[in-house]
Amino acid sequence: MNVLVMREVSRDHGTGPNVVHALRGVSLHVAPGEFVAVMGPSGSGKSTLLTLAGGLDTPTAGQVLVEGTDLGSLGTAARAALRRRSIGYVFQDYNLIPTLTAAENVMLPRELDGVRTRRARREALDALAEVGIGELADRFPEEMSGGQQQRVAIARALVGERRLVLADEPTGALDSRSGEEIMRLLRARCDAGAACLMVTHESRHAAWADRVVFLRDGVIVDSTGAPTGPESLLEDVR
Amino acid sequence: MSIRHGILALLSQGPRYGYQLRAEFEASTGATWPLNIGQVYSTLARLERDGLVAKADADAEGRFVYRITPDGEEEVRRWFATPIAPADRPRDELAIKLAMAVTTPGVDVRAVVQTQRTATLRALRDLTRLKADAPPLPADAADASWRLVLESMIFQAEAEVRWLDHCEAFMTRLALERRPAAAQTGPEAEAARPDERPEVRR
Repeated sequence: MNVLVMREVSRDHGTGPNVVHALRGVSLHVAPGEFVAVMGPSGSGKSTLLTLAGGLDTPTAGQVLVEGTDLGSLGTAARAALRRRSIGYVFQDYNLIPTLTAAENVMLPRELDGVRTRRARREALDALAEVGIGELADRFPEEMSGGQQQRVAIARALVGERRLVLADEPTGALDSRSGEEIMRLLRARCDAGAACLMVTHESRHAAWADRVVFLRDGVIVDSTGAPTGPESLLEDVR
Repeated sequence: MSIRHGILALLSQGPRYGYQLRAEFEASTGATWPLNIGQVYSTLARLERDGLVAKADADAEGRFVYRITPDGEEEVRRWFATPIAPADRPRDELAIKLAMAVTTPGVDVRAVVQTQRTATLRALRDLTRLKADAPPLPADAADASWRLVLESMIFQAEAEVRWLDHCEAFMTRLALERRPAAAQTGPEAEAARPDERPEVRR
């Protein structure tokens, strides 16, 4: 089953002659283990797409399903709970809480979900180890590099049973080497079963995805399609 | 050009058989530019004619060893010290195609740009997968040089996508600046070109 399904999703802003069609009938799905990148010029609807996929905004038309549940069928509280339980966010500016340690930042969504502190901490330490910074669990965000903070954010996005990561320019504030490490990490988390939808304007980073879709004027205009098997890949290059 | 100097550079490390040169050339470029053995021998024949390599007598198995001459050594030094001139590179077919698309009536430039962008992104993704699958540190010198060739192809693909983005933005801006003239011809002309409506920031 797909982790994320968007069916004919549209989003208008404003009404009458001033209406802006931010998104027009976009259909998209992301399977477990799949990494999908969205590219497009500014104003093409990339951020709207991500906001709708995360249930932070409601489409004017169409359906958004996360883990098979139609977000439109849920009330506000149920939608917030599903968001917390199923969806992780990774932003350009990390959005870590500065007064909490790395482990506490990762624990937070689990504790909000009613998981006990001891178990939440164990899960957080596991998640931090999975992103390669287990030893930084007790550091505060300001004691870490940008790349390390983004790793914490990815651990937070995937802690517990969550497996949908929505990433908005996750490498935007990083130098090229840290940016590449973050892409390697997202790639590895997807290879381990997570699903990731990432907005980026950098082709170098979009190239880590399985599929790149191109958005223009609120419409998907093209897609690279999924990669072929490794054998044919070698034939192409050699 | 690059095969000739590539072979000379390998011979500057010591005498080699023809099949050895082919294997080493391919190893250090990750088989990005496969050579057939005929190319190797025809290149060696030209290098020998130009006095840059010398062929020793055949060994017991009838194979020839090639060694570099002092003139050849000098040529290798000169090659490494000289930048590649733009004129030495092949003409950029994509730039020519885009230039023609802009001036040929009835060609949808944005579609030409997007078709190329998708294809280049696909190539960039496949190159990135090769990079992702490689161990963090190269195993030997040949592996290290293959990594550099791979990165070169990644940078080129990335630059091409950036240039395509630039082309599209440029054409969009141009269409916007020409709009006042178009508007005078009436609403039908506007309606016929729905793609050229202004970009709205959301």
